Amino acid sequence: MANGTAGTSRFVDVTGTQVPVGGARAQGYWASVWKRLRRDPVSLACAAILLLIFLAAIFAPLIAPHDPYRTSVRFRLAPFGSPDRVLGGDELGRDMLSRLIYGGRISLLMGLLPVVMATLIGGSLGIIAGFIGGKTNMLIMRVMDVFYAFPSVLLAIAISGALGAGLRNGLIALTLVHIPPIARVSESVTTQVRSFDFVEAARASGAKAVTLIRVHVLGNVLGPILIYASTKISLSIIIAAGLSFLGLGVSPPEADWGLMLATLRQSIYVNPYVAALPGAMIFITSMCFNMLSDGLRSAMDVRL
Amino acid sequence: MSDTPRTRVQGTQGRSVLLDVRGLRKHFPIRGGILNRVIGTVQAVDNVSFAVREGETLGIVGESGCGKSTTARLLMHLIEPDDGTITFDGRVVDKRDRAALRDMRRVLQMVFQDSYSSLNPRLPIEETIAFAPWVHGIPKREARDRAHRLLGAVGLEPATFARRYPHELSGGQRQRVNIARALALEPRVVVLDEPVSALDKSVEAQVLNLLVDLKDAFRLTYVFISHDLNVVQYVSDRVLVMYLGKVVEVGPVDQIYANPRHPYTRALLASRPSMNPRQRTTEAPLTGDPPNPINPPSGCRFRTRCAFAEGVCSTAEPRLAASDAVGGGLDAHMVACHMLAPDSGHSKTVLASNTA
Repeated sequence: MANGTAGTSRFVDVTGTQVPVGGARAQGYWASVWKRLRRDPVSLACAAILLLIFLAAIFAPLIAPHDPYRTSVRFRLAPFGSPDRVLGGDELGRDMLSRLIYGGRISLLMGLLPVVMATLIGGSLGIIAGFIGGKTNMLIMRVMDVFYAFPSVLLAIAISGALGAGLRNGLIALTLVHIPPIARVSESVTTQVRSFDFVEAARASGAKAVTLIRVHVLGNVLGPILIYASTKISLSIIIAAGLSFLGLGVSPPEADWGLMLATLRQSIYVNPYVAALPGAMIFITSMCFNMLSDGLRSAMDVRL
Repeated sequence: MSDTPRTRVQGTQGRSVLLDVRGLRKHFPIRGGILNRVIGTVQAVDNVSFAVREGETLGIVGESGCGKSTTARLLMHLIEPDDGTITFDGRVVDKRDRAALRDMRRVLQMVFQDSYSSLNPRLPIEETIAFAPWVHGIPKREARDRAHRLLGAVGLEPATFARRYPHELSGGQRQRVNIARALALEPRVVVLDEPVSALDKSVEAQVLNLLVDLKDAFRLTYVFISHDLNVVQYVSDRVLVMYLGKVVEVGPVDQIYANPRHPYTRALLASRPSMNPRQRTTEAPLTGDPPNPINPPSGCRFRTRCAFAEGVCSTAEPRLAASDAVGGGLDAHMVACHMLAPDSGHSKTVLASNTA
């Protein structure tokens, strides 16, 4: 397909049998995933929106029209389209647009970093548990089950409540929340892959466990683990917003979508559109992450 | 297919024993109940002994679930035996002796039955073949060169196939890759666990011929496991018949097929469809499934399906013994049946020894 070689050539083996040779040249797994993903308009649209939000967050100081922390009595709860306040002003007259742009920094950080950390930790734990099996598996997975028994929002509140408010503790709490489910998925796919004969064959060639995992297991479990982890990003953003809303995340005057939602709550009857903006951002971002991971799943769902 | 093979290693009698298996036993515990207690054991392989000479092909036949594959995995040390020893080239292989195990893994390789699950779907086949040499310290580039040579040897043009993934190959092509992978460490013994069972007949013949050719080219010794009597007859020098984890008969292929002594072997051979349409097999020589290996019958394990079963068969376990005047030694025709042991007390013993 990508690299058409030998049209329909034939090859004759030792026993004199003609082995038919197809025309297609092999392409890697990730290449074919990308090709399928590229044909999915919904995934592409979501990816584009997320890219926009990401770029805005990264280049916030360059893009934001105003200082997100400068208050102004004149623009308190200003409606959309006010001069100098395109998306209105918040309860202290700060520019909503600038605050939304800056707020994406913390929300995206809280959405992505804990998931990345949890994938590294939970994924390793799950792969180890699944590959070794037996008592090690029991020990790791039962510890995970203890955490898994609590609803994730409650667990996040409990952990950050115990550690105290703040960005760092929020990140730790969210990471801990995501580890058990990711470990569980990793364990189950690893157990499944381990039972295949190609792992046995590799073992029969005398490979050490680490080499075996790296060459033969990882490639086969990474896809499902990443798909699952990507569904956790939107959840992470929502829980992070919830923590800020409850005063357990970042503290004012920091620009954060969850926190903004909390402080604008009292103004919902005065200017409902402006008050709803941070919520809309949270909704759009987590929706995009969800739909993108959905598209990723169907793109990766090729039983080779 | 059932005619004599094109190439059979002649005069293996004088060769030395390469693989010697003594009293191999593997029982799988079955756990259950609230406390996860052992509530039974599957006696997959029970007191199995055999030897394989350098350069010969030992065929192992038996019904599904008789312990053929477990025997293969025990030979490969993929699972550890509960009891018994495996001696390779005069050296006892023990799992605690890491160096011996590693050496053994280089010279003893296996071809798996399921060509789908035995190839890593995420690796191009050249990587799969080159993996074992690379693990044993051969640089990647060299290992890949070797993989290409082996692909050529099994009839897959390296330039076309090396970078392909398993899902782009047919069943026969995949099994060729499996064979190439097993040969990558330049082994002396290859354990073939039902290598052609999943292939259709025409491809089966191609792969069998390839195996016979490779055996000569690489001077290999085969342990060939199959449930297909014709295939085993075609490739084997000696045949071992297993039933419910026990060896019931072993001997040179011609003797086993021409003069089967154990009732089970006879029934198996009789169950083969005849090539002559006038000679239809109207009645199944063997009915029912093998008994549950969790609680195998006492005494002789075949007695529940045997037409000649008597009292003694349920009380005493028949020993594997030479059935005729040829006597002991590796080429002896050995049978585990009371009817062939003169002093067993079975009423048909005299009759059996008369026909011998």
